[in-house]
Amino acid sequence: MVVASQRNAEADRIFHALADGTRRDILAVAGAGTYSVSALAKRYPMSFAAVQKHVAVLEGAGLITKEQRGRERIVHTDVDTLQRARTLLDGIEDLWRARVERIDDLLATEKRTTGGKR
Amino acid sequence: MSVTSVEKDLASLTLTITADLEATVERAWQLWADARQFERWWGPPGYPVTVVDHDLRAGGRITFFMTGTEGERHDSSWEVVAADPPHRLELRDADVDGDGRPNDGNAITAMVVTFDERDSGGAVMAVCTHFDSLAGMEEHAGFEEGMRGVFAQIEAVLAGTPA
Repeated sequence: MVVASQRNAEADRIFHALADGTRRDILAVAGAGTYSVSALAKRYPMSFAAVQKHVAVLEGAGLITKEQRGRERIVHTDVDTLQRARTLLDGIEDLWRARVERIDDLLATEKRTTGGKR
Repeated sequence: MSVTSVEKDLASLTLTITADLEATVERAWQLWADARQFERWWGPPGYPVTVVDHDLRAGGRITFFMTGTEGERHDSSWEVVAADPPHRLELRDADVDGDGRPNDGNAITAMVVTFDERDSGGAVMAVCTHFDSLAGMEEHAGFEEGMRGVFAQIEAVLAGTPA
């Protein structure tokens, strides 16, 4: 299960990164336009260092990549990683749909066996 | 189809599924409150669920395990945060190892289940699952997916090709 635990560690980083409002905003902003770290920093009422730290967390989780462009570092949102979270939610939806189907079957079986008294 | 809505919030890693059930609210509550009933719907076919502890009161604990096709055991442990029969249930789920201890760095998920009467009769059950971490989501979503992976490996071995 080495692969699974590696995957989980990676997943933890992704979630930790997503758990913060500023970081989610950075993802949205960097996904919609071209921003350097310093341009991003101007958007938030916090220090450059604080924004830089958020960017580093996002980068560590694979949610963004940085590209050196001249003296600027341009931040790109990694859509694939976000897509992974979406795929996971889809998987959980499937799980619950299957559970509700089993509940329906259970209730229907009971109705038949008790002559619909419930 | 009795699932009436599925809401997914990618940012907060929340999934809310709402279903109409052909049952009274009290009956719907029993799906969770009665361990034998819970065992019948929680796990996928072929993976029997065995409830070990089932104390459905605030502060109580629910522990159960699912047995896989090759006898492997998947333990779960939930803490009951709030239980207000037959309308609301709040649970916190921690993945645990074989001794019932939480795994390192594990994911905790919270689940809020509500039961409401439908005007036309029957019950509306809503389950809101919040994942503290993506790993927890992978545990959930990956279980059946993981099983498929195992089968793929077996098939690969039988076919004499590396997985």
